[in-house]
Amino acid sequence: MALKDTVSRAYSNWMAGSGPENDIVISSRIRVARNMSHFAFPHMLSLEKAEEVIHALTLALENKDLKFSSGHLEVSRMSELSPVERQILVEKHLISPDLLKGHEKKAIALRDDEVLSIMVNEEDHLRVQSLLPGLQLESAWDQVNRLDDELEKTLDYAFSERLGYLSACPTNVGTGLRASVMVHLPGLVHTDQIKGVLNTVSKIGLTVRGLYGEGTEAAGNLFQISNQVTLGHSENEIIQNIVSVTKQLQEREKTARKALYNERRSQLEDRIGRSYGILKYARILSTDEAMKRFSDLRLGIDLNIITDTKPELVTELMVLTRPAFLVSKAGSDMTVFERDVKRAELVRNKLKVK
Amino acid sequence: MLCEKCHQNEAAVHFTEVINGKKKEMHLCESCASELQPEGFSFMPQINFHNFLGGLMGHNVGPGSFTKTATKDLSCEVCGLSEKEFARRGLLGCGECYESFKHTLDSLVKRIHGTNEHNGKLPERSSDRVKLIKEIESLRNQLRQAVEAEEFERAAQLRDSIRDVEKRLEQEG
Repeated sequence: MALKDTVSRAYSNWMAGSGPENDIVISSRIRVARNMSHFAFPHMLSLEKAEEVIHALTLALENKDLKFSSGHLEVSRMSELSPVERQILVEKHLISPDLLKGHEKKAIALRDDEVLSIMVNEEDHLRVQSLLPGLQLESAWDQVNRLDDELEKTLDYAFSERLGYLSACPTNVGTGLRASVMVHLPGLVHTDQIKGVLNTVSKIGLTVRGLYGEGTEAAGNLFQISNQVTLGHSENEIIQNIVSVTKQLQEREKTARKALYNERRSQLEDRIGRSYGILKYARILSTDEAMKRFSDLRLGIDLNIITDTKPELVTELMVLTRPAFLVSKAGSDMTVFERDVKRAELVRNKLKVK
Repeated sequence: MLCEKCHQNEAAVHFTEVINGKKKEMHLCESCASELQPEGFSFMPQINFHNFLGGLMGHNVGPGSFTKTATKDLSCEVCGLSEKEFARRGLLGCGECYESFKHTLDSLVKRIHGTNEHNGKLPERSSDRVKLIKEIESLRNQLRQAVEAEEFERAAQLRDSIRDVEKRLEQEG
């Protein structure tokens, strides 16, 4: 079964090291919210009605034209998965944590390459999404748009001439589009510029948040940038806005990295070298420490300070060492301490000097 | 849930306060809550994203006050969701809710997005009618800009195009 494969490996195509601008932009995601008319929104649906929604989508996905243009997406009900397997889908960024709540009504349709997927009965009936490595929002939109066009041939969408695609929450109405990029900004963090930069970004209608970690703390120096507003602009305008802001961020990050490299080279190499050493030889690693060290390692690879490890391995490790993944590898419940030991062991093995 | 104080009416006001890390929750009916308030209790309403949205609809009178529910309660005829329920959860019940609660939603949507007009993708299958209406809207915008820029020749052309599209719209019925 395809989904069982998905939850048994950490690697996903969005982690590929070959994406455009991949040294700073880790991945690009496009998601659109769609609802079917004649059905109440998911939180109001009975189990039977929720099942009808899943069934309607399953039939729509069987359509020949759809299969021709978007490939085969396999529908799996969330209830078919164990809690750990469900958590793994979250850790791989394939589903949102919201899809775990009330999972008996919910499902996911996933293409084998894990690029294209549909969350079913989350906040909206359908959340069609595409996830690609590097800065590729346009191609991600292209994939989502094509699948959406095909779905719409057989499904009746809730649409208003004035307000566009209708969503359960009024914050998603209109295009229903959320475009986001995951960016790695260690240069801006280490040169203390990150606050100012992120403040500016949030003033021009974009949302920035740390990808992991609580509150404003961004573990692993990973940030997610996405559009705030879904109504009034065309899909293309929304995407172009994020692309141009991301390119700006990229320039700033490159300048910061250059400054660190030129002006504080020894400190930089020392930090990266220590982190690499710890990852290679430590026996106990907490999630937070691991994320911090991964960020240093990744920066070292991007700056050619470390040459014997590939960047996609670091991204894979970031997912592989999340709690649910470790539990699934160990096959039994673990205490936090046992997890930290297991995490260190896993990282050691992956980074083994050949 | 019944009011904690009188145990008679349905609780309509909910608040949580945290003092020195200790959490205290109370659920009261409107009349008990209004009795409490003048005593100078500084209860803060619960703030989360969804009831924050409800607050924007005018059901919450701002920080430092109670999460108050609407006095007149409207329901959606299709799914049965009440406006009060929407204010509490921040989620609508069905597509028709946008029509049922139009009077409050219109201003809410405008406050969130800065506009009320969809300018993005239209479903392929959406009738030609919708496409023509959108085309007229866009032509009217261009006309306004042309007039402002005193490009009267272009304005006249645009006016003719609008008439053409309007005629097509009539034929569509």
